[in-house]
Amino acid sequence: MTADGGTLSALNEGHDLKRRDLGIIAGMIADGSRALDIGCGDGALLDYLVHQKNVDGRGIELSQAGVNSCVAHGLSVIQGDADTDLAYYPDGAFDYVVLTRTLQATRNPKDVVSQLVRIGRYAIVSFTNFGHWRVRLQLLTGGRMPVVGDDGYAWHDTPNIHLCTIRDFSLMCEDLGLTVQRALSLSRSGVGRELNSTGAVANLRGEEAIFLLTRE
Amino acid sequence: MATPDLPNVDGAGAAKLPGFQVELARDMPMQLDSGETIGPFTMAYTTCGTLNADKSNAILVCHALTGDQYVLESHPLTGKPGWWGLMVGPGKPLDTDRYFVLCVNVLGGCMGSTGPRDINPETGEPWGLDFPVITIGDMVRAQALLLDHLGIDKLFSAVGGSMGAMQVLEWAAIFPDRVFSVVPIAGAARHSAQNIAFHEVGRQAIMADPDWRKGNYLKEGATPKGGLSVARMAAHITYLSETALHRKFGRKLQARDAVSFGFDADFQVESYLRHQGSTFVERFDANSYLYITRAMDYFDLASEHDGNLAGAFEATDVRFCIISFTSDWLFPTEESREVVRALNAVAANVSFVEIETDKGHDAFLLDEPEFYQTVSGFIEGAAEHRGLGANRGQDAK
Repeated sequence: MTADGGTLSALNEGHDLKRRDLGIIAGMIADGSRALDIGCGDGALLDYLVHQKNVDGRGIELSQAGVNSCVAHGLSVIQGDADTDLAYYPDGAFDYVVLTRTLQATRNPKDVVSQLVRIGRYAIVSFTNFGHWRVRLQLLTGGRMPVVGDDGYAWHDTPNIHLCTIRDFSLMCEDLGLTVQRALSLSRSGVGRELNSTGAVANLRGEEAIFLLTRE
Repeated sequence: MATPDLPNVDGAGAAKLPGFQVELARDMPMQLDSGETIGPFTMAYTTCGTLNADKSNAILVCHALTGDQYVLESHPLTGKPGWWGLMVGPGKPLDTDRYFVLCVNVLGGCMGSTGPRDINPETGEPWGLDFPVITIGDMVRAQALLLDHLGIDKLFSAVGGSMGAMQVLEWAAIFPDRVFSVVPIAGAARHSAQNIAFHEVGRQAIMADPDWRKGNYLKEGATPKGGLSVARMAAHITYLSETALHRKFGRKLQARDAVSFGFDADFQVESYLRHQGSTFVERFDANSYLYITRAMDYFDLASEHDGNLAGAFEATDVRFCIISFTSDWLFPTEESREVVRALNAVAANVSFVEIETDKGHDAFLLDEPEFYQTVSGFIEGAAEHRGLGANRGQDAK
């Protein structure tokens, strides 16, 4: 929809960010704020936030190679694990806590999301939607576990142990009593759409989702 | 061989060490953690690079237990190149084309800063064990007095490995407004029981040497070389990893085809350790070794905050870059991680990198490219936030 596209293009300001979810997430984060990026990978989002938006940005990354590369580029990143290391941060330490494409690899996603909204005023979570029609079709027609995204992991070697659909994630947020400030689904082309009240269409058509959450 | 004839700086006409020496705490003695006071005392230091006009580009390099201020220039006694030429110099991570790098012999040391080998003005004889026991905090406060003397309000960074890391953490804890960033490498917020135990072995070796003379060897014209040498040998093992020792020596024999069925240095590793011991005693003072190891043993940042390490860093603005090495069993990664957790608990700005290496604790002195890239990147990022652009050292307003 052009109306939707119009409002969202203003958000998609991260032109230097190759990954489509990161551009939209960068648009959600206020200039000069304090942000923690969990699972920051090579630091692309963090680097953008620090240098383009004057954000006081920190990162946590599981892979040592990712951490070393981030720190060697002047970013404040520590080696750590979303499941175990978030507990050490104080309440409300950040304006935004970001978890991009990482939730599915955590041992306890529900606890992790609770930690995000405890540490940050806002939590931003992006994940691959396993409710997408193509994923459903893979299982229905092929009778095999769907393989999604560029990484191409097979069921037996994937680090992604907690996959979910948009609907699943919404229900978990409800369970946790969180407020969904915004929720977007992304199509393959990277166009973001706000979820409607049920999110049923998005759950079928969105390849990826981004949620902006708060505790109340 | 005779003890190297190191200059005592109190006496007029004493031979001058390369670098600088300055007398501090002249008007008011410095309070020590032990409750005693010291002063006036001398600090010996070297500098490289140029201090910019607003004195904002100073980096303090803190040396380890047996290190000294000769971080870049060659050592006056051994003639060896500076101990951290891989880290400090033009184009190096601590780039002397951009930063003013300062390295100070610690209080209690034996390379020109006041220590137990110097003359006690009250007796006219070497201090020996009458020298007050000092702590890492005392070393840092003495360095702060030197900065006062140099007119440097705030360091751009403090960087150090091992005991240097302890000083650097202490800087962040007690002078958070005087240091913009810190890089504690292969360190910990406290000395572990195992490390205290190793130090005790070293000290007992020194004190068991009949030439130690209850600490009065200088007065009595002796030198406890055997004891100090054994202390060094034992300590040196803790700086290496099993893998590194095996790679270097294995079970190879020293200049012989078969074992001698005696107690000569049959194995290369024995010969190597003996060499480490015997060269060390040519440049280090046994009592200094006692005092400095004690300072490390007493180090426990959390203890001043009811056992809560995070309390040492409450509301800190300092930028931290913690670095550890995978094969370092003297200061294992877990010790660094504890510091990181404490810093996270106060939402401090912290980077933490563990470098994969099999070289053990000493890796911070060795050629580990990823380690130097890390420091380089961190310093560059910190410089950006401090407003220290490239080559600002030369063209500061």
